[in-house]
Amino acid sequence: MNWDWNAVRDFMPLFWDGLLVTLQALVLGSLISFTLGLVWALLMRTPTRWVQWPVGIVTEFVRDTPLLVQLFCLFYVLPEWGLTLSAMTTGVVAIGLHYSTYTMQVYRAGIEAVPAGQWEAATALNLSRNRTWRAVILPQAVRRVVPALGNYVIAMLKDTPMLMAITVLEMLGRARLFSQQHFQFTEPLTVIGVAFVLVSSLASFLLRTLERRLVR
Amino acid sequence: MTSGLWELVLKGIWTTVQLLVFSALLGAAVAFAVGIARTGRRWVVRFLAGCYTEIFRGTSALVMIFWVFFVLPPAFGWQLVPMWAGTLALGLTYGAYGAEIVRGALGAVEPAQREGGVALGFTPGQRLRKILLPQAVPEMIPPFCNLLIELLKGTALVSVMGMGDLAFSGNLVRLALQESAEIYTYVLLIYFVIAFLLTRVMRGLENHLKAGLR
Repeated sequence: MNWDWNAVRDFMPLFWDGLLVTLQALVLGSLISFTLGLVWALLMRTPTRWVQWPVGIVTEFVRDTPLLVQLFCLFYVLPEWGLTLSAMTTGVVAIGLHYSTYTMQVYRAGIEAVPAGQWEAATALNLSRNRTWRAVILPQAVRRVVPALGNYVIAMLKDTPMLMAITVLEMLGRARLFSQQHFQFTEPLTVIGVAFVLVSSLASFLLRTLERRLVR
Repeated sequence: MTSGLWELVLKGIWTTVQLLVFSALLGAAVAFAVGIARTGRRWVVRFLAGCYTEIFRGTSALVMIFWVFFVLPPAFGWQLVPMWAGTLALGLTYGAYGAEIVRGALGAVEPAQREGGVALGFTPGQRLRKILLPQAVPEMIPPFCNLLIELLKGTALVSVMGMGDLAFSGNLVRLALQESAEIYTYVLLIYFVIAFLLTRVMRGLENHLKAGLR
């Protein structure tokens, strides 16, 4: 195996651009999935079955089918329906939607873990339904679910390379671009592999710190 | 859709199923080997197994696939057939996740069971085969089922390398017909059906194994 440091040096400018795109996609995707997952979880708790059923079926379907195909689907079908989004927006929406079906389960577990006494206390204090959720249930539920949400942030990070398939040039996309131009595959692919390990370790370290803060 | 295009889709399904079966087998082998190694007595073994898990879980599956397809050939002079390259990349990646499941399930077996084995004078190998694994394996089935669904979804990644799996043939059909919504609905439905069948099979297996314990 011959390792060429010059290739690494030449790849670096592209790499930083790619890293930036990856991180952007990660942050936006996480925000969408955290918000949408909570929305799903709350909808699943509405007493009407007409809301629960469709939400349950749709989320199950989204969960069990590949993100890559969903990316293609949004990328090619939305314009057919007259809705043209940029590739990056499409990608972020797809990632956020896909992972919202996972975070939904996390929130559900978190909400169910709030002791029944808390609900009863809220009723005893004559709090409105809204107030019960906002002031009593959600603050306790969300605190519990931070570690589990963190796992999905890392999972999302590792799914961002798929954006390459819909022309978003994140880390893997730039590595491929570079290797096609220079016929050097080993160096750029290894560099981004290491970058993925570093970013995911860093993310899990930050999440653990955040978790300790919240639990205290 | 014409019959020729359906044939293309059927071929894609077949490739996806093959890839799923092969990489699940490799993944299971890796999961048990690495998972058991992580409970090993020597720290070197535990450390190496830990490194394996961290590296393969930390990198993206798609990056691994690129690596196997593009770096292995020039670096080591191996050129694998696409099917084996895909199997290798997926099996090694998902095996690392599986290793954590194996480790967790082995750790969840009551300590008294292990001690019982020691008291009966079993060798470590016998303890593992006759006491720990029979109790741990049924516990592993539900998380393994989740992982299998993840693996099924992971198989779509090989289409990026031009391997003719379901996602890839779906794209070809789309290009032929210029009809995205319909094609992708079919493709997503097919994945969903496979996932549903897998869940059923795994649940049956779990019941079977648990019945055997009683």
